[in-house]
Amino acid sequence: MIRVLATTGRGTRGALASVGAVVRFAAAVLGHLFRPPFYMGEFARQLLAIGWQSLPVVGLTAIFTGGALALQIYAGGARFNAEAVVPSIVAIGITRELGPVMAGLMVAARVASSIAAEIGTMKVTEQIDALVTLSTDPMKYLAVPRVLAATLAVPALVAVGDALGILGGWLVGITRLGFDETVYLRNTADFLETWDILSGLIKGAVFGFLVALMGCWHGLCSAGGAQGVGRATKAAVVSAAVLILAANYLLTELFFRA
Amino acid sequence: MIELSGVHKAFGAKQVLRGIDLSVATGESLVVIGGSGSGKSVLLKCILGLVAPDAGRILLDGEDAGRAERDAFLARFGMLFQGGALFDSLTVWQNVSFRLLRGPGKLSRVAARDRAMEKLARVGLGSEVADLYPAQLSGGMQKRVGLARAIAAEPEIIFFDEPTTGLDPIMAGVINTLIRGIVTEMGATAVTITHDMTSVRAIADRVAMLHEGVIRWVGPAAGMDEADDPCLQQFIHGRAEGPIASVR
Repeated sequence: MIRVLATTGRGTRGALASVGAVVRFAAAVLGHLFRPPFYMGEFARQLLAIGWQSLPVVGLTAIFTGGALALQIYAGGARFNAEAVVPSIVAIGITRELGPVMAGLMVAARVASSIAAEIGTMKVTEQIDALVTLSTDPMKYLAVPRVLAATLAVPALVAVGDALGILGGWLVGITRLGFDETVYLRNTADFLETWDILSGLIKGAVFGFLVALMGCWHGLCSAGGAQGVGRATKAAVVSAAVLILAANYLLTELFFRA
Repeated sequence: MIELSGVHKAFGAKQVLRGIDLSVATGESLVVIGGSGSGKSVLLKCILGLVAPDAGRILLDGEDAGRAERDAFLARFGMLFQGGALFDSLTVWQNVSFRLLRGPGKLSRVAARDRAMEKLARVGLGSEVADLYPAQLSGGMQKRVGLARAIAAEPEIIFFDEPTTGLDPIMAGVINTLIRGIVTEMGATAVTITHDMTSVRAIADRVAMLHEGVIRWVGPAAGMDEADDPCLQQFIHGRAEGPIASVR
């Protein structure tokens, strides 16, 4: 019994220590955002890698999700003669929930893994130590530009994803479900509120921050050669995905409390 | 002058350094030898502050290294890492001029590139490699680029971590000659860690042997062969039999 309690206690203490370390790391990154030096070239490079290069995957995901959502809402709505709500529910579902969550998860898969692998490789090949000996703070040079770029890029990706998701719903609506193209668009515009879009963009910024934070954290903590980098990459993707879904629930509670 | 006294460092239960007492005079080339896993790299990292020692003092020209202003302290050092540690995402010239493009003494890109070219030439590399990425270079060329980066800002102290590991004997000889030549012409203080005895004989003014976490023997390179320390003799002659366990 005592052994079970001791093991549980050690596990809990370890988990709390990890949470504390990540929170301290996040606070340090935020603190560095406002203190020079600023590595603008590195920031621009990351903005391109995280934002621009994620556009195809986020766009494709949004189109297919919008289309599938339209089909589901139509099928579900038909049970109580509410097929007409398809345009508005697709728009609200995409902008509030699916747009930011799908973009966040896609970026987590693409970017958290790549950040963790890149920084992890730098760690195990002593490139991080080399940065320090060259009077460059790895936190400032590696973490800050990535976290800032992801925090700014993901809302932009969410905005594009929202537009393409609604487009996917519209395409399915007019080709498969018999909606008039103008009426569909008018219904979408009439029911969509600014806050629906804005709340999704805020979620996108939070998800972007979490994705890059997890990539940097696990990359900087990696040890033990190629296997360690592999572990860091996997942990970065898993933790970013879980944090995105948890943060999504908390933000939804905050924004749209019943 | 670098002075270490009573430096201890452990990683978990493994005690790596058990009280290092060592000094390196200004302008001297000291080579630290010792078996794999004996703590040579940890020793260098403790001096640079990359690893915090658990106990002991490290002084640089009488000033406590732990309390020195970090950027000014690091600006006095250059380091060649074992694997080169070149930044994969930057070209060769950007690697060499990394420090020159940042910080208080920042140069323009044109001036930094010129300096990088000059240092690359010093290590025997032509301008044709300047715009290549590290992955496009051979191991020997990567070491040379690492060496050029270590000397780019003309530091007072240069650390060389296993400079010839992984190189063929001819390339190792080239690197040894370069290190000796550069250290002499710059008048820099050099600390090299290696277990390559050819390097030791080519580079060292003085040799220190690290064994079981302490400096086991220290003396002039010329006196190494006549020393009566059995550990040192076993190490420099590469004998399997002796006080140093062959399986560690």
